[in-house]
Amino acid sequence: MGSFIGALPGAVSQGLIWGIMAIGVYITYKILDVADLTVDGSFCTGGAVFVMLFAAQVPVPVALLAAFGAGLLAGLATGLLHTFCGIPAILSGILTQLGLWSVNLAIMGMKANVSINVNDEANLNRLWVSLRFVSSVADGKMPFYRHPIVVVGVFTIAVIAVLYWFFGTELGSALRATGANGNMARAQGINTNVTKVLGLMISNGLVALSGALLSQYQSFADASMGRGAIVIGLAAVIIGEVVFSRLFRNFALNLLAVSFGAIIYYVVIQAVISLSDINTNYLKLISAAIVAIFLTVPYWKGRFFSKPVKRGGAANA
Amino acid sequence: MLDVKNIYKTFNPGTVNEKTALRGVSLHLEDGDFVTVIGGNGAGKSTLLNAVAGTWLVDEGSISIGGVDVTHLPEHKRAKYIGRVFQDPMMGTAATMQIEENLALAARRGKGRTLRRGIAREERENYRELLKILDLGLEDRLTTKVGLLSGGQRQALTLLMATLQRPDLLLLDEHTAALDPKTAAKVLDATERIVNKDKLTTLMITHNMKDAIIHGNRLIMMYDGQIVLDISGEDKKKLTVEDLLAKFGQATGSDEADDKLLLG
Ligand SMILES: Nc1ncnc2c1ncn2[C@@H]1O[C@H](COP(=O)(O)OP(=O)(O)OP(=O)(O)O)[C@@H](O)[C@H]1O
Ligand SMILES: [Mg+2]
Repeated sequence: MGSFIGALPGAVSQGLIWGIMAIGVYITYKILDVADLTVDGSFCTGGAVFVMLFAAQVPVPVALLAAFGAGLLAGLATGLLHTFCGIPAILSGILTQLGLWSVNLAIMGMKANVSINVNDEANLNRLWVSLRFVSSVADGKMPFYRHPIVVVGVFTIAVIAVLYWFFGTELGSALRATGANGNMARAQGINTNVTKVLGLMISNGLVALSGALLSQYQSFADASMGRGAIVIGLAAVIIGEVVFSRLFRNFALNLLAVSFGAIIYYVVIQAVISLSDINTNYLKLISAAIVAIFLTVPYWKGRFFSKPVKRGGAANA
Repeated sequence: MLDVKNIYKTFNPGTVNEKTALRGVSLHLEDGDFVTVIGGNGAGKSTLLNAVAGTWLVDEGSISIGGVDVTHLPEHKRAKYIGRVFQDPMMGTAATMQIEENLALAARRGKGRTLRRGIAREERENYRELLKILDLGLEDRLTTKVGLLSGGQRQALTLLMATLQRPDLLLLDEHTAALDPKTAAKVLDATERIVNKDKLTTLMITHNMKDAIIHGNRLIMMYDGQIVLDISGEDKKKLTVEDLLAKFGQATGSDEADDKLLLG
């Protein structure tokens, strides 16, 4: 139990970081209504770009921005495969993800992982978030606002604020309409190909940003760091929805729920690790099971336990 | 206003499902014409409207709206000129968005989408006023998600959206077919009022011959991908359902009119 409590700040920090990725997944899965599998690749792209630029003494904000930009490009690739080449969205994502495996290795100088040497004081001082700061703050060696929960929390709030603003604009509304009803969107003069590409870009930009934050936090990037990211993202989206949908109605709060969903996910995983002596190899299986269960529950509930209320209103028709 | 010249459309060419849905259709609409379109199932009515709206490009022939050749323009670019209500009440609105958000999207039809606010504050008052005209009680439910509305309310809303920004051409595809008779009458009534008020050039498909006769200044009948009947002016005013059935028989050389055309 004690080890679980001790691991809690780390789990929450990680959850917050993955929460930003999950918000990216929310944009494609919930708003655009496409399952984008680029995520598993673009998450690592963000991490790889960040670590390489950091090593080249590029300032942290610039490196984070570059990681975001790399994510935009990954989304652009998937978007063009889908709209311009007419490949189904799922397959487009898989193709980009596969291609990114090589790209990510190339970014990391053909190595499977690259790390930031945090034993070097100069490096440690440049970092914005790090696993080490968790204990530094606890020991009083660092002010509380350097705690990863605070720093990533601020990032999360900034991301939510910008998205809240964006989806309230004409362009953002057009993107939502595209996901809600493509026919209607086109009839209103919206080029749904453009909005789809844009949505995929923003989504993967956030995913890569999240990857950059994680590689900074754990002080390394690894070619397989994004494996299963889409599942974690979906888990966060769904857990957030199941737990908070009655409480949160506003769009910004829905995004916050996604972030909370990621935190819950990580705390649960941490609990499983700390409180049982399970082999951590089973974590992926547990993750997959959790998501499968959370996806199943609303489906069965909708089928058997509620009145047949349709999404539209055929009632009066 | 609308100039359709000799258009052809074949679906799934070269396969067992090959279907020629339009065979040389030409149609010219003057500014302010209100044309009703009738014809049996599969006659090509929806296909004609889809061709004009740009759901896909036609195989042959040309289409121009208000003098602009739109034959090769994609759907979203033609939207600037066209207001549309679909046969399916689910098609014309975004269910997960609010009534006012749907209206705001329609208010910007054919314009570039910028980073300005999706709905300006002063728009809301305007929408409230416009929704009052529909007389469905929607004016107090601006922030309701459209998915919660009935089919009739959604069709009426779609109609309002299609005409919010005056379209050069209004396309109505059996927009009351999925509604109960009372709601259908209400929506049709609203249609008549809006079309008259703004003098809209309109193409309205209906399965109801009486409606086709009562509304509009011109009636066309389609059969097997062609326009087989075109009645306007005084002739249209004097028209009865019996006349129509007889004329259909003459035009197509068959007496299957009773089976093929649903009587209203
Ligand atoms: N997208 C499509 N793909 C293949 N065939 C199509 C397509 N759209 C229409 N058709 C075919 O074209 C023919 C004309 O269809 P259309 O929908 O225009 O008929 P309609 O006159 O609107 O009939 P209804 O009164 O039943 O709506 C039909 O045989 C139909 O099956
Ligand atoms: Mg039809």
